[in-house]
Amino acid sequence: MSDTRTPRPDWPLYEVFIRSRAGLEHKHVGSLHAADARMAIEHARDVYTRRMEGVSLWVVPAAQITASDPAEADALFEPARDKAYRHPTFYSIPDEVKNL
Amino acid sequence: MSAAPSHPAALEQARLQFVLRLGDTSLVLAQRLGAWVGHGPALEEDLGLANLALDLLGQARLLLSYAGELEGTGRDEDALAFLRDAPEFRNLTLAEQPNGDFGHTIVRQWLIDAWQLEVYGGLERSSDARLAAIAGKALKETRYHYRFSSGWLVRLGDGTDESHARAQAALEALWRFTDELFSPDEAEALLATAGIAPDLGELRSAWVARIEADLLAATLRRPQAAHYPWYGKRGVHTEHLGHLLAEMQHLPRTFPGVQW
Repeated sequence: MSDTRTPRPDWPLYEVFIRSRAGLEHKHVGSLHAADARMAIEHARDVYTRRMEGVSLWVVPAAQITASDPAEADALFEPARDKAYRHPTFYSIPDEVKNL
Repeated sequence: MSAAPSHPAALEQARLQFVLRLGDTSLVLAQRLGAWVGHGPALEEDLGLANLALDLLGQARLLLSYAGELEGTGRDEDALAFLRDAPEFRNLTLAEQPNGDFGHTIVRQWLIDAWQLEVYGGLERSSDARLAAIAGKALKETRYHYRFSSGWLVRLGDGTDESHARAQAALEALWRFTDELFSPDEAEALLATAGIAPDLGELRSAWVARIEADLLAATLRRPQAAHYPWYGKRGVHTEHLGHLLAEMQHLPRTFPGVQW
């Protein structure tokens, strides 16, 4: 590994998503650098699907992803903590109910 | 395509030579690409070139195993790969050319990928079921190799001034070895008549059309036609092959039968 491997500014970051089997959703598996979308697909194929990990690839420029701010995590996610009634398991089902 | 061979022995000899040509070309190119591991311009390209090398090595194993059976003297794939000297190798001269810079490696790869696309494509219809099966598997791999190399060719050719100049220089340096790709000799003509191999001369125009379309997209100039006297597929090689073999064969020749 030499200095020439440092990602260059004209190779932006792409996030990689793989569909492992037909019918399943694409899942995020990692990221890589590439000069363009076509190269990103090839890199994703070469880096992430060497052991038959998937049947379909998505690559998304990381810059196109809007992420939530970690500093706002409390405001965004804390309020859900005490609302256990939002889980279906919160409710007991009467035995008489057959189809729910 | 249906004429019966008048000299079965000559046909079998031609078949062996042809299988060696395909197998040696894949083997030598795999060895060249393997030298990039740890030196690629980026980790992703390192893996990309290594994947190509492994595909080609797999092709070489299938083909040289078959060649060993055709030869019938007990030499297996390892004996053919590691215990023959340069004049016995039948690879395309182009495959043994040094890696040079990344542009040289890509141009060499792209020229050979486009050649393999045509040859393996034709071989899928071979009357030799074993060759047809190997070609079918190799063709899937080759389609990706070509996608990889042609993408890079356009990226380099239509990239910066420097990448364009380097790609054009690589093309000038390597083009002289391309006449061999589609110039059939007596052995290949015999195989085409027997329906075992495609007619190389007929494949040339499809290869040229593909090459010219890519060159246009890459804003590169096709060099003047240049006939080069070296003919690797007949065992007449450039000096580069001996150095490559010295490195590739050192271990099995020093420790015969070594395993890991």
